[in-house]
Amino acid sequence: MERASQIKKTLKDLFESQRLGVLATYGEGQPYSSLVAFAATNDLKYLVFATTRATRKYANLSAESRVAMLVDNRSNQDSDFHSAMAVTALGEAEEVKESERGHLLKLYLAKHPYLEEFVNSPTCALLKMCVDRYYMVSRFQNVMELHMRR
Amino acid sequence: MNPVIPLDKIRDEDRERVGGKAFSLARMVRSHVNVPDAICINTEAYNDYITSTGLRERVLFELNRKSFDEMRWEEIWDASLRIRNIFLNTPIPAELLATLTRAIDSRFSGRAVVVRSSAPGEDSAKASFAGLHESYVNVRGTTPIIEHIRLVWASLWSDAALLYRQELGLDVERSTMAVIVQEIVIGDRSGVVFGKNPNDPSQAVIEAVYGLNQGLVDGTVEPDRWILDRKTGQIISHTPAHRGKALFPAREGVQLKQLPSAKLNTPPLDHGNIAQIFDHALAAETLFGEPQDMEWTFRGDMLYVIQSRPITTGLTGDSGDKRSWYLGLRRSFENLKELRRKIEGELIPAMVEEAAQLSRQDLKKLSTSELVDEIKRRSAIYDKWLDVYWSEFIPFAHGARLFGQVYNDAMRPADPYEFMDLLKATNMASLERNRMLKDIASMIRENPQLAEALRNGKTNADEEFDKALDTFVNTFGDLFSGMAESKEQHTAIATLLLEMAEQPPAQRPFRPKDIESLMSNFLSRFEGEQRAEAAELLELARTSYQLRDDDNIHLGRIKGQMLAGIEEAKRRIEELPSDGVETRELTSLLKDPQYVLKEQASADQPEAEYRIKARQIVGQPAGPGIARGKARVIADPSDVFGFKAGEILVCDAVDPTMTFVVPLSAGIAERRGGMLIHGAIIAREYGLPCVTGIPDATSLIHTGDQLTVDGYLGIVIIGKTVDSAISVHGSTVAAL
Repeated sequence: MERASQIKKTLKDLFESQRLGVLATYGEGQPYSSLVAFAATNDLKYLVFATTRATRKYANLSAESRVAMLVDNRSNQDSDFHSAMAVTALGEAEEVKESERGHLLKLYLAKHPYLEEFVNSPTCALLKMCVDRYYMVSRFQNVMELHMRR
Repeated sequence: MNPVIPLDKIRDEDRERVGGKAFSLARMVRSHVNVPDAICINTEAYNDYITSTGLRERVLFELNRKSFDEMRWEEIWDASLRIRNIFLNTPIPAELLATLTRAIDSRFSGRAVVVRSSAPGEDSAKASFAGLHESYVNVRGTTPIIEHIRLVWASLWSDAALLYRQELGLDVERSTMAVIVQEIVIGDRSGVVFGKNPNDPSQAVIEAVYGLNQGLVDGTVEPDRWILDRKTGQIISHTPAHRGKALFPAREGVQLKQLPSAKLNTPPLDHGNIAQIFDHALAAETLFGEPQDMEWTFRGDMLYVIQSRPITTGLTGDSGDKRSWYLGLRRSFENLKELRRKIEGELIPAMVEEAAQLSRQDLKKLSTSELVDEIKRRSAIYDKWLDVYWSEFIPFAHGARLFGQVYNDAMRPADPYEFMDLLKATNMASLERNRMLKDIASMIRENPQLAEALRNGKTNADEEFDKALDTFVNTFGDLFSGMAESKEQHTAIATLLLEMAEQPPAQRPFRPKDIESLMSNFLSRFEGEQRAEAAELLELARTSYQLRDDDNIHLGRIKGQMLAGIEEAKRRIEELPSDGVETRELTSLLKDPQYVLKEQASADQPEAEYRIKARQIVGQPAGPGIARGKARVIADPSDVFGFKAGEILVCDAVDPTMTFVVPLSAGIAERRGGMLIHGAIIAREYGLPCVTGIPDATSLIHTGDQLTVDGYLGIVIIGKTVDSAISVHGSTVAAL
C-alpha cells in the first residue's frame, strides 16, 4: 500500500503529466464544472489556474470559495479501468496576492507557455487553490486520502 | 492473416506468432524428423478472441485490482480461477469460430488429437514455462477440440504461470498464446530424453514409461531411467521403476490402468530403442544448436518426436527459482489421494501426539540449562512441522482447487466460487471449539448470579461452570500463546464469555444453497466411471477444505508449546537476579533471532506536513455480504479479549487464537489473501461478509474506525458511510 512519500510522488508525476483539470465550483444552488489549465506547486499545497473575471466560474468562486478539482490520466481506452488514476483535490480558491504573483506566474507559464498573453491580460485573474486534502483513486476502486497540514 | 498455420508451412518469420514449441516442431518437420501431423492456432487467433470479446480488459482488470507484487500466491490462485471462469463463459466470436472449425474439420475430421500450449517465449533457455500451461491429451471432434483450445488459452493465466511470471518479473500485459493441435500417436512406450544431463555435462538421460507420456510428465507414473555417456552413447546405468500402472487413452481423455504382468518385469526400452532415441536427441541438438529436452513415443517400432525444447539453464541448483515448488502445488488426483492417506493417517496424528506430549511436560520443573535445551528442542519441532505444513499440507489444499476447476468446467457457473458451497464442513476443529464456548456462554446467560460474579472478577462462583471452563482450557488452552498462566487464561476467557452471554442466543442460522441439488446437478454431468471419479474428487476436496482449516489449529498448538517455553524463560529472567549466570544464559538465548518473537516492524511515520488516510481499500471478496461496524484491530493476541459483539475483526491473518470471536463479529477484514485461507473458510461457515488480501490492513485501519466490509466486491471502506450503503438489491440477497 502506498505511503505518504509514494503518494506524494505519484501526485507530482500525475500533475506534471496532465495539463488540464476539471474545476468544480458552486453558485446559486447548483454545482458547475469547467476545464482549466493548472499547475501544482512543488509542495502540493497549491493548484494554480487562471480565468477571466467575466466567467461563470469566477462569479461562483467569488461567492463560494470552496472548490474541488479533478485531475486524471485516462486515455479513453478499455485499459483505463485497470490503469487510469484520478485525483480529486478539495480546498479553497482565491486570487493570488501581489507578493506571490511573481513566482506562481513563473510556475504556471513554465507549464503553459502558450497562455502568456492570456494570463497577462488585465481582465484575467491568476488564482490558487489552497488544497486541504487529496483523494486519490487508482486501480478502479482503491481510494487513499492525503490530508495537508497548515 | 490466417490464424491457422500447418506445421510444414511455418517459416522463420512466424516464430513470434506460433510460439517456441510449434516453431521447434516445424523445424524438425523440415528436417524430416518423424513428428505427428499438427496445425498451429497462432497468437492472432488468441488476440482476436480476447480483444473482440473485451476479455483482455477483464483479465487485466482482475490482475490489477491490487499491485501484482502485493498478491500472495493464494490470491493468484483465486485470480486465476476467476479468469479461467471468464474464459469458460466467453464464447469465441462467430467469424473466428468458423475459421477454426473449417481448419480442424478438414485436417482431423474425427481423429483424436492432443491440444498443447505454445506460448511465445515459453520455451527459451532462460525461462522455461514447461508444464505451467495446459495440454489436453486425446480430444476428439471439432467442437471439443475448440473447447480445449479455449482452455489452453485460459491456461496462459493459470496460477502456476502467473506465479512464475511474477517470479521472473515478466509483463502480463504482453503475454499471449498460440496452440498446437496435433494428431495423437497412441504410443505403447513413451518418455523424455535430456541430451545433456543438467547435473553432469558428460552424460545424457533417458526416462521411459509404458503407455502415454503424460503419466511421466505429471508424475503419476514412475519412469525407468537410463544414464548414457554423451560421447559414446554407452549405457552407464539403468534404474528400473517399480512398474505397476500406466496411462492409456480412455474414451475421452486418459486413464490409469494396471500393466499386464509380462510388462511389469520388462523395461519399456531395449538397447536398440535407447540408441535410436539418443540418436534423435543428438540430431535435434545439431539442428537447434544446443542440447534438447525432448519428448518421444514409440508406436510399435516407429519412433515419433512429440516436442523438443532447449534444456533450461539454471533450473537445477538455483534455489531462487521457485518453479518446482509452484509446479509441486499442482498435484494429480492420484497424488492427492496418496497425500491424503499420508496426512490423515500419519501426519495429523503425529502432530496431535507431539503437541500432547509437549503439553504434559512441566516447564517449571526444569533447571535453567534444561529449559534452554527444551526451548531449542521445541523450536526445532515447530520448524519441522512448519516444513511439513509447506511441503505437504499446502499442496494438499490443491484438492479443493482441483475440484473447483472440474466443477467450473462441468457447470460453468456465474459465481466461480459456487463449488465452495459443496465443500462446507461441519466438523472442523475450530467450529467444535466455538460450539463448546457457546454452550458455556449460555450457562452464564441462564444464571444471572454467575454473570454478576464473573463481572466482579470472582472465580469459583459456580461449580458446573468452573468445570466446563476447565475442560475448555484443558482442551484448547494451549492455543492461547503468550498466556502461560492458567489464571490469566481463565480471566480472559471469562471476559469474552460474558460478552458472548450478553448476545441473544440464536445466531442467524446460515442457510447455504440447496447442497443436495447442487451436488446431484454436478454429478449428473458425468456418466459411469467418470461419475464415480467425480464423487471421489468431491470427497477428497471436502477433506482438503477441512484440513486447510484444521492444520492451522494443529500447527497453532505446536507453536503455542514453543511459545510457552519462551514465556517461561521470560518469567525466570524477571525473577532471577539480573547479573546471574542463569539469567545471562536465558537472555542470550532469547536474543538469538530464532527465538525472538518478531516485533511488529515500526510503522512508516508520515511526514509532519501530511497525513495519509485510507478511505477505500481493495482486497479479495472471500465471503459474500455487507457489514458495517467498529473495527477491532488485532495487533497483539491479547487484543482479542476486548472484542465486542458487532465489531469487525481486522487482523493480519485470522489465526486459531482469534476464531472464537468470529461468531461475535459482524465481518472480517484481513491482510492475508485468498479464498481457501482460515479466515475465509470460517467466515463462510458463519455466513459473514469477509474481505481478505487488504494490504497493510492492521496499520491503515485503527480500532474504533467505522468500517464497511463489502464482501461482494472485496472492498473495505474506512469512515462514515450513509445507511443506504449497506442495503443491497437483488432478491437472493434480500432473502438473507
